[in-house]
Amino acid sequence: MKKNRLLIRTIILLLLATALGYTLYSNFFLNKEKVAKGDTAPDFVITDLQGKTHQLSDYRGKGVFLNFWGTWCEPCEREMPFMENQYQKYKELGVEIIAINVGEPKFSVEKFVDQYDMSFPVGIDKGDQILNTYGVDPLPTTFLIDKDGKVRDIITWGMSEAMIIEYMEQIKP
Amino acid sequence: MEQVKCTCGHVNPHGTIFCESCGRTIEENTKQKKLLDMRYEGSARRSQTYKKTFIDKIWNFFSSVKVGVWLIVITLIASAIGTILPQEMYIPPGSSPREFYQQEYGFVGQLYYQLGFHNLYGSWWYLILVASIGISLVICSLDRVVPLYRALKKQGITRHESFLRRQRLFSETSVTNTDEALAYVKKRLGKKRYEVREENGNLLAEKGRFSRWGPYVNHVGLIIFLIGGMLRFFPGMYVDEVLWIREGETKSIPGTDGKYFLKNDQFIMEVYEKDNEKDVFEEAIERAGDGMAVKNYQSNVTLYEPEAETVVGAESGLKKIKDWQIRVNEPLKHDNYALYQVDYKLGEFKSMSFRLTDKETETDYGMITVDLRDPKHLYELDNGYSVEMVSYFPDFYFDSEGNPDTKSKVPNNPAFVFKMITPDKPEGEVSFVAIQQTIEPFGDNEYKMSFAGIETVNVSGLIVRKDLTLWILGVGGLIFMIGVIQGMYWHHRRIWVQNVNGEILLAGHTNKNWFGLKNEMNYIIDGTEIKSPIDQTQVEKQDE
Repeated sequence: MKKNRLLIRTIILLLLATALGYTLYSNFFLNKEKVAKGDTAPDFVITDLQGKTHQLSDYRGKGVFLNFWGTWCEPCEREMPFMENQYQKYKELGVEIIAINVGEPKFSVEKFVDQYDMSFPVGIDKGDQILNTYGVDPLPTTFLIDKDGKVRDIITWGMSEAMIIEYMEQIKP
Repeated sequence: MEQVKCTCGHVNPHGTIFCESCGRTIEENTKQKKLLDMRYEGSARRSQTYKKTFIDKIWNFFSSVKVGVWLIVITLIASAIGTILPQEMYIPPGSSPREFYQQEYGFVGQLYYQLGFHNLYGSWWYLILVASIGISLVICSLDRVVPLYRALKKQGITRHESFLRRQRLFSETSVTNTDEALAYVKKRLGKKRYEVREENGNLLAEKGRFSRWGPYVNHVGLIIFLIGGMLRFFPGMYVDEVLWIREGETKSIPGTDGKYFLKNDQFIMEVYEKDNEKDVFEEAIERAGDGMAVKNYQSNVTLYEPEAETVVGAESGLKKIKDWQIRVNEPLKHDNYALYQVDYKLGEFKSMSFRLTDKETETDYGMITVDLRDPKHLYELDNGYSVEMVSYFPDFYFDSEGNPDTKSKVPNNPAFVFKMITPDKPEGEVSFVAIQQTIEPFGDNEYKMSFAGIETVNVSGLIVRKDLTLWILGVGGLIFMIGVIQGMYWHHRRIWVQNVNGEILLAGHTNKNWFGLKNEMNYIIDGTEIKSPIDQTQVEKQDE
């Protein structure tokens, strides 16, 4: 009888603790981001300014430096030349940059790309589809995707050149 | 487990205050008091009698009603404090909460922020508080309902004299013909719809025991409600997203994982106007201001789904599901999703037109229309005239270095740098054109871009909502109410009538409305010699 009671109490307390634990976990430790560190990066297709389509899954085996940006965002403007410099070096080493503009007019994007002489593929996310899928909030946001298509890290602020080198090293195959 | 055997022979669990069967007092310290404490039928609340293992200690903590009440009080105070200053989600977007609270509310604001009240209702400690109330509810209820059920089920009909004498409503009378009196009382009890049981000429009349389960039913409802609230955190159960969509635009609906697309065909805002309403409303409309009160906010939309499952971002045909008119409180519902009309923006700039004209002669060389969402590099006009777009600033301002720049991608304040190419100026003249403003950076031009019109578009602000927990909350709420009604509108009343050595002892107990019970007892003894019961709490007071 006494053993029984202890067992019942233990089971009930465990149940309650599990429910509380899960709620706390999902609320505070589970990232609310739609794509979190360690997840497989959701596949997408984007057409660059030259009309070439890029599908993320085609880049398996390569690191992908996925950058979301806008022409009005000053940190984006600052980091673009750094990204261009490092792109020249790291594309030989198997890291690709895909820069996704957040649905601005093609005119503005083209002007911007010309101004900063960007040679990596730049696509425009019309209708915010990729933005929604990745749950991007502040600009710039950069997803570091390794050769297995896993998200190594998510950077939600502007990057210095040294930081970019460090991140490129992380996802170099 | 230790057990206590009463002199009547019934074996009670350890910790019982008075015998479950006959009602003799068991615990020593309660013998002094004149009236019995009838809470939980004097049954042994398990938590109070066992203090053994670690598990039991946790159990005991949550089993205390005192602890439960304190948890509720603390939660109430915290919730109230959370309403004093605005929560984080209501401060101006883009401002840093740390700075905002300090700047707006000084030291108090800083403290508020540091203690985490700025995001109270989502904070871990608030969640733990609410969950603790839930745990307390479960354990308190279990700890009480089981012994109570047992005690009420096992109660004996014949009670010991001491039990009857220590009931709140009590009287004793010597009656000439006890059998006759008892038979009469029994009949009267039946009329009042009591369930009467008899043993050796002693009566136990009971009704409304059902009422005793009310609080526990109520708690079950609350727990279901809390479970519903918890389920919101499960992936796929709850979606709450904002969708801003322009007229003519087609967008993927956030929160649906690309499963649905929405096209905004038109946003309509209607107002009450004197001329369009019945005459009786004229005065009311005038009071509010003619055309000031809004009658209707409406988005005419079309819902689509992709024709084939494709990779995100891939061009895919869209299949129409349905057309709908979303009005306030009339959402578009589909597949558990609902789209609500919550906001709007009228007259967002869509396109602007300009004429290339000779400043002096005012000769018109043609008109260009710039789509503000998709401007072109070059606009060709007839006879060798053309306009080149050098720069475009949809939301123009001068940045910190004094250069024209754009604040966002929304065309709130468009500005352009045009190069006007004409046969006599093949190099072109540069002109900076903004709203109500023209700058000619390289000296006087011969030509100008004169404003020729603007087209605007309305924007609908919708909320995307999916809530699979609502029905659980509904069921929880319903059970909660059933419990409340059960406990409120039924009373558990018991009347004992016993013949002890030729004296008739009459005792009554209820969980509420003693006055009502007393009246009922007076009714059943009306016409006998039995004395009307006395409220012994009143007697106690007089004694003091």
